[in-house]
Amino acid sequence: MQKNKTKIYRIQISAATENLSIIRGFIQQIAQKAGFDAEQIDQIKLAVDEACTNAIKHAYRFDASKMIDLEIRLSDDQLEIVVTDYGPGFDPSKLDQPDINKNAKKAKPGGLGIHLMKTLMDAVDFDITPGQKTQVHLVKYRTANKHH
Amino acid sequence: MSGFKVTRVDKGDVTVLYLSGFLDAHTVPDFEKALQEAINEKRYKIIVNFKDLDYISSAGLGVFMGFIEEVRANDGDIKLSNLSPRVFKVFDLLGFPALFEIFDDEEQAMEKFLKPE
Repeated sequence: MQKNKTKIYRIQISAATENLSIIRGFIQQIAQKAGFDAEQIDQIKLAVDEACTNAIKHAYRFDASKMIDLEIRLSDDQLEIVVTDYGPGFDPSKLDQPDINKNAKKAKPGGLGIHLMKTLMDAVDFDITPGQKTQVHLVKYRTANKHH
Repeated sequence: MSGFKVTRVDKGDVTVLYLSGFLDAHTVPDFEKALQEAINEKRYKIIVNFKDLDYISSAGLGVFMGFIEEVRANDGDIKLSNLSPRVFKVFDLLGFPALFEIFDDEEQAMEKFLKPE
């Protein structure tokens, strides 16, 4: 493979929960082909599921006529998935540190999913344009220690 | 591998829900419905057996948080059994072992209901 060559895969899919399994399958195939191990593939799939679930539930409120864009950028050192929705956006700083010991029903919506994404991936960034779109960047390095 | 199924078996006072397939935001309503039905029948001693569950996301875990207070307020509990290592890992990441009793197999969970210490 040519050095620093980034492969890009894109899909646009309607924001329906029934598509989550299709999205996981798509991610699985790319991560597998890229040589990630079974545990890493599980982590990447779950993180992408969480990002898409948040888009479906919170950005679109289950309106399946809306679309989610997924872009997967595969390079020599990392796999990056960008999940884009065109909902109103939110303040991610208010969702940090969910406390499941408190009344579960009062937990901030989407908080558990964001906590999971941050735990499962090497880097998670939110790029929010209020009222226009939200992009979640999920990054997994090819090796556990990127500074080896 | 595909889809999700929940099968309920009542064993004396204890209701066991067997999950198979994947539990995500799409299949969560089926699981919620099964739990709600048991609770509507005032069956508050519940074991969820994960033996054939391949995948769970936080949407699935949210169901447990949504029901546990009501169940415990009625002297019941939701106990978990037979989690595969990959499913357990998700529960563990979100701190669930501190909140729920998780058993290697269903018999141990049943024992705990029948002979509480």
